[in-house]
Amino acid sequence: MSLNRTISTTKRVLSQLKHDKRTIALIFIVPPVLLTILKYVFDGQSQVFDSIAPMLLGIFPMIMMFLISSIVTLRERSSGTLSRLMTMPISKTDFIFGYALAFSLIGLFQALITSGVMLGLLRVTVLGGTIQTLIIAVIASFLGTSLGLFTSAFARSEFQAIQFMPAFIFPQLLVCGLFIARNNMAKPLQWFADIMPLSYSVDAMKQITIMSNWGHVLTKDIVIVLLFAIFALVLGSTTIHRKG
Amino acid sequence: MSSIVKINNLNITVARNLSILKNINLELPLGQTIGFIGPSGAGKTTLIRAIVGSLKISSGEIFVLGQRAGSKELRHKVSYMTQELSIYPDLTVKENLIYFITMMGISKSETEKILQKLLDRVDLSDKANILVNNLSSGQKQRVSLAIALIDSPELIVLDEPTVGLDPVLRQKLWLLFNDLSRQGSTLIISSHSMDEASKCDYLVLVRDGKIIAAETPTELLRRTSSKTVEESFLKLVGDKE
Repeated sequence: MSLNRTISTTKRVLSQLKHDKRTIALIFIVPPVLLTILKYVFDGQSQVFDSIAPMLLGIFPMIMMFLISSIVTLRERSSGTLSRLMTMPISKTDFIFGYALAFSLIGLFQALITSGVMLGLLRVTVLGGTIQTLIIAVIASFLGTSLGLFTSAFARSEFQAIQFMPAFIFPQLLVCGLFIARNNMAKPLQWFADIMPLSYSVDAMKQITIMSNWGHVLTKDIVIVLLFAIFALVLGSTTIHRKG
Repeated sequence: MSSIVKINNLNITVARNLSILKNINLELPLGQTIGFIGPSGAGKTTLIRAIVGSLKISSGEIFVLGQRAGSKELRHKVSYMTQELSIYPDLTVKENLIYFITMMGISKSETEKILQKLLDRVDLSDKANILVNNLSSGQKQRVSLAIALIDSPELIVLDEPTVGLDPVLRQKLWLLFNDLSRQGSTLIISSHSMDEASKCDYLVLVRDGKIIAAETPTELLRRTSSKTVEESFLKLVGDKE
């Protein structure tokens, strides 16, 4: 693995996005706007909003990075740039980690803006504080990127890549504990939720909402999400074909 | 004849046992412009991808510059321009070139010098800061070609580099190809246009996943008693059917 090539790949992905101002605006503006709308959806029920909003901060980065990374990687595969790169001295690890780093950075900026709006303007209390909130949001975006890189291998078009969202992400969203506590769901759904990474990302956000100190449950949740993300990256690298 | 590529009993089969390349045996000469000529769907791109090592082969072996195709040692010696442009349309010409120069492992101090040389080579110095998306198709093709020229590779593989270009631009590119060949690089250029065959030093005619001829244009025309490569191709196909 070459640090120079990894960072160059990160810079390249960020430069591509820099030229696409509309996408940048959507990434950074949509989550805080949605949170603000939600605040007024639960007008007069601030306790409900206060419990849901931090969980959404663990969900937004994952969903957005999943979508963007799967489409960008699909473009890389279908435009021939990936094939060309694989004939060059760049390793698969340089390529994949370059992407993961780029989208994690975007996830960080997205989380900075969204948590700024959530904690500052919307006055949501997160006992764990801003740093812990940002850490989990970045890990969630890393997870979304990894899953996007992996699933892009199974899409033949951008239309198909978008369809992976309801197929891969929505089921996780339904059972992750956002709508109802996981132990109140039917048993098979609890088992399903137990093996889905988004459940642990949401659990981590719940932890920091109610706990001011970093506990071992939070560490466990974060480690599980990271392991899922790394596993998806490894699977993603197996979908990039190269001889030698 | 010293060879740059040697292929023994190559077979490539894809899903549902569809055979794309059938028992290919081929030796390609060093330092020449080699044309892979054949109709669309003949198997030219598959053969090219096998040579550059971006495709898993079903059986047989391919050696490039004495190494197994796709091996690490070849990544500085072989360059590949795919049929798709294989460049980033949402980056400028300069950003594209700098990224691929870095991917080749070239040091930062050398990058600027190589960048300028490549831009001059493909006549795009005045377009360096323009987004590739805003270039004409011929200019995009030249960006893609510039990337294939990074690090002065010994073997340059170009898949349909002139397709869709106007005759003036096509002629310019062929002048560049000839120039590269004179400087010692071996070029493999695929084309479905029989007109382009006459510009090559060596021809490989491909049809239905098989090699129907591999020789110099002069030898081919003499052997088939033809006046043009197209006529030779038709005669060879007719003999097989």
